[in-house]
Amino acid sequence: MSEVDRRAGRYLPPGLPRPVPHREGLDREFWEGTRRHELRVQHCADCRGWQFGPEWICHRCHSADLCWERVEPRGRVFSWERCWHPVHEALAGFGPYLVVLVELPAADGVRLVGNLLGDPLQEVVIGAEVEAVFEDQPDGETLTQWRRTRANESIGDVG
Amino acid sequence: MTGRTAGSGVAVVGLGETEYYRHGGSPHPEFRLVLDAVRAAAEDAGIDPREIDGYCSFSDDRNAPTRIATALGARDLALSTMQWGGGGGGGAAAVANAAAALAAGYARYVCVFRGLAQGQFGRFGTASTSPHAEWPSSYEAPYGVLSAAQLFAMRVRRFMHDHGVTQEPLRAIALASYHHAQQNPRAVMYGRPLTPELYDRSRWIVEPFHLFDCCQENDGAAAVILTTTNRARHLRQRPAILMAAAQGADPRQSAAAHNAPDYASANTRNVARRLYAMAGLGPRDIDVVQSYENFTGGVMMSLVEHGFCEPEECVEYMTLDNFSVGTGKCPLNTSGGNLAECYMHGLGLVVEAVRQIRGNSPNQVPDAETSMVCSGPMAELVSSLILRR
Repeated sequence: MSEVDRRAGRYLPPGLPRPVPHREGLDREFWEGTRRHELRVQHCADCRGWQFGPEWICHRCHSADLCWERVEPRGRVFSWERCWHPVHEALAGFGPYLVVLVELPAADGVRLVGNLLGDPLQEVVIGAEVEAVFEDQPDGETLTQWRRTRANESIGDVG
Repeated sequence: MTGRTAGSGVAVVGLGETEYYRHGGSPHPEFRLVLDAVRAAAEDAGIDPREIDGYCSFSDDRNAPTRIATALGARDLALSTMQWGGGGGGGAAAVANAAAALAAGYARYVCVFRGLAQGQFGRFGTASTSPHAEWPSSYEAPYGVLSAAQLFAMRVRRFMHDHGVTQEPLRAIALASYHHAQQNPRAVMYGRPLTPELYDRSRWIVEPFHLFDCCQENDGAAAVILTTTNRARHLRQRPAILMAAAQGADPRQSAAAHNAPDYASANTRNVARRLYAMAGLGPRDIDVVQSYENFTGGVMMSLVEHGFCEPEECVEYMTLDNFSVGTGKCPLNTSGGNLAECYMHGLGLVVEAVRQIRGNSPNQVPDAETSMVCSGPMAELVSSLILRR
């Protein structure tokens, strides 16, 4: 049973804003990917550069020919925060909880924000290796969460 | 002075503030507070408030210049400018916009104002109640990254990691604001000193920010009036001449999901470079600094990017002694700032920077000739300015 399951299938309590795809279609493929438990990142077909968050054109070469490339859902902790003060009514009496900013070596270091599963009081180490855990929502898009990679696995071995 | 002056000779000539209240503490609605501050600034400058023919604000101000000019019975309204960007990043930029308009001759007396009544309109430290999050917040909010403190803490954490910085600089910045507020009867935290022990024991809001690393939320209004230095000669106060002002952002700082290339940053590198170039000065020439404390960690990174010390020197340089008037080389937030005087989206810092030039700060730096304001570190758009005698 994963850490997500321990909390009735989700890391944070229900009631927080639910992600919805951009109304103009900017990131539809990203959310279609996470529903299939795949991590997709924009990749420029012209200059081959990676890009995240989603943009309409490549910020390097201005090509509009952007693909959503599936990448290995593993990364490293780039930064983190432990949130204590509840700023939303859904979080009243809940905290603390951990947020990590994860960089993806397989996509030139683009970053995603997620929660670090497990003990919210654990020591968090910048540079630690993590892997994605896709957290399906009963009423919306799938979240991408993270957990520490087991010691015998290395992101150097994959992708 | 070797530098050219921004706006070809523009000065701050009037200051107005209402009483500052804790959030929800104002007896008046926000618009009335703004009118009071504008009228106080005109009185201070020695002009009829009907002579103000331009207004500049920032951060989605709710109080439209048309409404203010109407309420005051102004004869003309020649300028209405809102600076893009949220938070307090546009504070110095709003002053710069006023100066540019004056230099171009679009208006004669321009008022930069900010009013906040959070009892009336809701608090900044509380998340939106929207049930949905769409790009770019869909990549943050569902994970509980909802408030300004939560949006910025990871920038500061990464900076601390990269440069071996401990909690001490953050604490020193908080202590300096509270220390100076004890000499300022207008400060909301006047009579409420902060000790290192109180800071250390205070609860976490979001690590690495304790309660005292986070700005207050307040009600009140502030206003400053600018005009050309030629007109300023005939007015009541010693003018504070705007030497330089800069606004903007570093590359791709608004990249969604925290993808700014220079992430462990206050986003002020370009602004600081242009500011000093315009002033013809460097950080050693600055006598006193007002640096916007949304969160102490932003002040730390902004001071580094404005050249006051190297990143690896933060712990050594950023001490209460060094930030205090009378003992320090870098007197900081000498009214009590956003942490301990009032959070008026940083316009109070501009007011205090002008007081230092006039010589009537509650914590006056002797013979201050140059006075700096740095607005809204880590915001998507930031700005800074330098005043001189």
